[in-house]
Amino acid sequence: MAKGIKILTEHINTPGIETFEVYKKSGGYAAVEKVIKKMTPEEVVEEVKKSGVRGRGGAGFPMGMKWSFLAKPEGVPRYLVCNADESEPGTFKDHFLMKSIPHLLIEGMIVSSFALGAHKSFIYVRGELMYVIRILEKAIEEAKAAGYLGKNILGSGYDLELVVQPGGGAYICGEETALLESLEGKRGNPRNKPPFPAVKGLYQSPTVVNNVESIANTPWIINNGGDAYAALGIGRSTGTKLISASGHIKNPGVYEIELGLPVEEFLYSDEFLGGIRDGHHLKAVVAGGSSVPILPANLFLKTANGEDRLMSYESLSDGGFASGTMLGSGGFIAMDETTCIVRNTWNFSRFYHHESCGQCSPCREGTGWMEKVLHRIEHGHGNMRDIDLLVDVAKKIEGNTICPLGDAAAWPVASAIRHFRDEFEWHVKYPKEATMKGAVYVKEEVLV
Amino acid sequence: MDTPQLIKVTIDGQEVHVPVGTTIMEAARQIGPDVAPPAMCYYKPLKGSGGKCRACLVKVSQGSEKDPRPMPKLVASCITGAQDGMVVENFTSPEVVEARKGVVEFLLLNHPLDCPVCDQAGECHLQDFAFENGVGTTRYEEERRTFEPENLGDNIQLHMNRCVLCYRCVYTADQITDKRVHGVMYRGDHAEISTYINNVIENDFSGNVIDVCPVGALTDKTYRFKSRVWFSKPVDAHRDCDKCCGKVNLWYKGDEVIRVTARKNQWGEVEDFICNSCRFDSKKTADWVIEGPTKVKRASVISANKYPKNEIKKPAFALDYAAHNFKKINDDRPYYKNLKEVKGSEDYKALMEQNAEFFPKETSKK
Repeated sequence: MAKGIKILTEHINTPGIETFEVYKKSGGYAAVEKVIKKMTPEEVVEEVKKSGVRGRGGAGFPMGMKWSFLAKPEGVPRYLVCNADESEPGTFKDHFLMKSIPHLLIEGMIVSSFALGAHKSFIYVRGELMYVIRILEKAIEEAKAAGYLGKNILGSGYDLELVVQPGGGAYICGEETALLESLEGKRGNPRNKPPFPAVKGLYQSPTVVNNVESIANTPWIINNGGDAYAALGIGRSTGTKLISASGHIKNPGVYEIELGLPVEEFLYSDEFLGGIRDGHHLKAVVAGGSSVPILPANLFLKTANGEDRLMSYESLSDGGFASGTMLGSGGFIAMDETTCIVRNTWNFSRFYHHESCGQCSPCREGTGWMEKVLHRIEHGHGNMRDIDLLVDVAKKIEGNTICPLGDAAAWPVASAIRHFRDEFEWHVKYPKEATMKGAVYVKEEVLV
Repeated sequence: MDTPQLIKVTIDGQEVHVPVGTTIMEAARQIGPDVAPPAMCYYKPLKGSGGKCRACLVKVSQGSEKDPRPMPKLVASCITGAQDGMVVENFTSPEVVEARKGVVEFLLLNHPLDCPVCDQAGECHLQDFAFENGVGTTRYEEERRTFEPENLGDNIQLHMNRCVLCYRCVYTADQITDKRVHGVMYRGDHAEISTYINNVIENDFSGNVIDVCPVGALTDKTYRFKSRVWFSKPVDAHRDCDKCCGKVNLWYKGDEVIRVTARKNQWGEVEDFICNSCRFDSKKTADWVIEGPTKVKRASVISANKYPKNEIKKPAFALDYAAHNFKKINDDRPYYKNLKEVKGSEDYKALMEQNAEFFPKETSKK
């Protein structure tokens, strides 16, 4: 397969791609015609399973497997819900995809709904993105007018209604069961699992919740076959991935990369990020959105065994949490030596404190506690024992909560202390220097 | 042949046979209070409760007979179904004990610890839970979170600062009463039980939120500051009531009924919910048919002074130990020694004068 293949962003620069005509002309809606006219739902699920595409929302669970878990009792409706509540700091790929090429998501929704036998599907969009909701609604109207949506699609007898639902702007509603609660019109609290949404989801019916990017991949998989998709990428990380890159790099933005691309090439080649801004050095990287562990530059470019790291699920998590991280949702944040890790960690922690739903006690109380302690250290009132306290609190939150928000709040703190402990200690030992404007502790050997 | 519906669960080394669909918590409760995990939010009579406080976390070291893999994380026992052949570690697992210590610490972080003035003290689940599973100190140095007081009407007193957000009162209002006017507002550590807007909780069964509350967040306004729980004497009583079962506990102080509550089982769960006219309006002995004194667990603080003297065994070794150690206390503490010296010093007098507005003059004391 040719290098630099684009699946999602192939036509993204075509003028007028957000309109139905231009999208159709550039090969759009071919997948809908193919599945409706030539394929059965089971065949579609089989193709997706073959492709090995993994959930792009962060957890990386194989999408075909998720689809095959869907319970199919008689007489009960099934639902497909698209999770477009992207609010992880550092991640903005779904936003970009939806506003630039809305019909790709609509097409993916039709294909996926057909495969799952859903007659009513939802796109739950983050409430802040009102203009994207209008773009999506316009796209749905156009698709309806062309007969690709609504009753009796393309004369096949298959009905599908697509609903765009704005969220209230809560990070927690990106968790699938909280999203379903919110969609039902309730308070967005995550549910206890089991039962999983595949058995009892929206309105107590079997439901599949998928990320925007995952769903947007399905048309290509149908058009080109699951095997073609599986040929892309490396190992169990098949296909391409959108990476939203931000921070101290020359070319921030959304990039589509084939999984397995060496990290070094992604970071330094002019085709992608173009390297760190002039005169500065890379200090640390958050590879997959704020909730994954932060890594120092040297560990990010090479694994603990000295191998080159690749942009893939396996390579990034190589070494576990001791020396690895996660691909997560692809929110790539690069930091140079002017970044204070303590301040950065405090900022992340403040976010999770603000976004905790307050349902289960470790997360409700622990996130606030960590934020306050980090605030104290950052502002020069810290104590040596506070550093160990943070590690202990993070350990007691992690894994003991209802939903993964507790883990997401604990990992950045635990990893920052694991890799940058001396920076925390410097803040405690020299509060005057540490609170001076622009003062940053730099250890030369981590820089690259 | 065994009945096929029963499954075998091992909890802390003790086997129990329970029907399919039983949770680990219920299975453990069948064995007895020694292995039952603590619960702050789970409440059996309320559907959907549980999973929130994480006090009942247990370790599943064998998933089931068919799939003996252990579960990767600690699970909340109140919402996790038991499987055939499951092996559960509760108090025997150091991991669980450690996690529970963490939960106690988290729950007490922002708790005001105003037990000396709290009406719930003595029958408070948080007290029991913290005493049994926690550590005696806190590592929290920040200011505690507080809420604006809110008036819920003449019968129910809300102390939001004490709340642990178990959601029990929300479920009670949903499932026992017709119309729920209170709920959880805001999110994170600012989530609070409140009404929209400044509403009053008023219906025939609203008083039950007091009984289900594990802490002193919702207490009986008509009983407020009347007595400590252990000074009053519980008595089983019933009456003909057209709204509820009419089976209650009367709490006596002298000859006076100071409080009426529903009867609770050994897990602190209400056996039958009672109506407001039983709870708030029938506070005369003449309203009730007395059945006899309520059995109080010996371990409970409420049992103080309620057992005949000949039934109480004094722990002789403990008294000896205390007497022995008392003699060792050296009361030459420097503070007492120097107090007079300090008070006579010029510095002290100058300091007192400087801040005279904060100290009432000694002459005004009687």
